[in-house]
Amino acid sequence: MIEAKNLSMVYPDGTEALRDVNFVIQDGASCSIIGPSGCGKTTLLFILAGILKPTEGVVQLGVQPREVALILQNYGLFPWKTIYENIDLGLQMRGIPRSERKRIVLSLLDRLGLRSFANHYPDQLSGGMQQRVGFARALALKPRILLMDEPLSSLDALTREALQNFLLRLWKDNGMTMVLVTHSIEEAVFLGKEIIVLSPRPGHVVNIIENLNAGDANYRTKEAFFSKCREVRQNIPPAI
Amino acid sequence: MPRGQAEHPTSYIIAALLLIGLWYLASFMLDSPELPTPLSVFYAFIAGIRADLGYHILISAFRVVYGIALAGSFAVPLGLLCYINRVDKFIAPVIYLLYPIPHIVLLPLIILMFGIGDLSKIVLIAIIVFFQILVTTRDAARNLSVNYIYSLLSLGATTKDVYRHVILPACLPKILTAIRISVGTSIAVLFFVESFATEKGLGYMIMYAWSKMDYPALYASIVAMALLGLFLYLIVECVEKKLCAWVYI
Ligand SMILES: Nc1ncnc2c1ncn2[C@@H]1O[C@H](COP(=O)(O)OP(=O)(O)OP(=O)(O)O)[C@@H](O)[C@H]1O
Ligand SMILES: [Mg+2]
Repeated sequence: MIEAKNLSMVYPDGTEALRDVNFVIQDGASCSIIGPSGCGKTTLLFILAGILKPTEGVVQLGVQPREVALILQNYGLFPWKTIYENIDLGLQMRGIPRSERKRIVLSLLDRLGLRSFANHYPDQLSGGMQQRVGFARALALKPRILLMDEPLSSLDALTREALQNFLLRLWKDNGMTMVLVTHSIEEAVFLGKEIIVLSPRPGHVVNIIENLNAGDANYRTKEAFFSKCREVRQNIPPAI
Repeated sequence: MPRGQAEHPTSYIIAALLLIGLWYLASFMLDSPELPTPLSVFYAFIAGIRADLGYHILISAFRVVYGIALAGSFAVPLGLLCYINRVDKFIAPVIYLLYPIPHIVLLPLIILMFGIGDLSKIVLIAIIVFFQILVTTRDAARNLSVNYIYSLLSLGATTKDVYRHVILPACLPKILTAIRISVGTSIAVLFFVESFATEKGLGYMIMYAWSKMDYPALYASIVAMALLGLFLYLIVECVEKKLCAWVYI
């Protein structure tokens, strides 16, 4: 369970990013967070991941910090490490023995169709492939909570749908809690059983929309999907 | 992505031949003993190697490499630590005050402190390239995107991991470029520090041949110094290509 209680965040330069954010996400749920650009979505994820300390409020995760993985906006890969080394890094820092790491990394590379790129550098890969490496790096750590910051936003429409399907399968197969920040209403509706709508900066929760039909791989083509998208759109406050 | 530079050894050979050709032309046109032909300099170089030129090259190489290594071993960690705001607040003003000063004028002070032996020569080289490496390393560390740090922290990193996996590798191309540039600077300083109070090194050889008006030997020493610089430069470049392969893709 992820519980955010009265989260507020004011950056040292005085920028108020979040104001009194409250929500609860159940174990094994999938939740989309949507809100206008600059409303504090990335800040919120950093706080959930424990990378930033909120100026007020607390986060309760119910799992060990090491069971939380974060996928950053723009992939967060290290250009100076090969694909293999990027995926291996988190495991290495956890002190997992080399042979065990190798087994994990190679099986992820296979699973994501990246085996032949093991020794390439991120800049040699397409955006979609880099994003898959980002997923692989997070999944290598076997997280129980997966936080994602607009993971698909810089991809073309086809790659994007393919990876949305991938994420859906991932969630169904692994039973982990998924939190997905996105600025795409369709993506939020396709992947989130719950959709948290944030206001413009300073971000606070304006609505939490139930979306029980999410999880169906064919949801995109159904009437319920379109009406849900409409409902979400009406709930999003206009950006200035 | 940067494109590196032209890889073909042939283009280097052509450039070298072109320079030698120009040298020939100039020496024929001047027709003066003060600019001997490349061939006579080549002979003088071979004669020098048969005598003790090799020894002087080694002495000079030792001074330069030692000086750069000494400078780098202080400048690189200090520059990387500038990633931390609190450290940078102290170091940045010091850099900005001391960097633009011509450090070569410190020579008398350095001789006073370290004597007139090898040490003072090495220290002067080190001080001058120290600032070049420090300024570049600091700039690289300060310009590092904080997202890389967040990305690493999200994988459960400690502070040591941050330096090892992010700050150092991200700054390494800039550091090695600074060292490559400092090869040129240190050779120039080398000539200055070897032109007095020593009877060893290429700077001494140049001054000595000059005073005897032995022009082929003078040019042979100059060529030796140029080759030393070129050689060190190429070594650093090789290291750079090896350690920073990701820049050259
Ligand atoms: N380190 C920082 N210092 C000061 N202000 C910051 C910092 N990081 C972010 N901000 C500000 O906080 C606000 C929220 O930023 P944040 O990146 O969380 O928004 P976001 O919703 O993720 O935006 P986007 O949709 O563009 O990704 C913005 O106004 C931003 O300028
Ligand atoms: Mg963001």
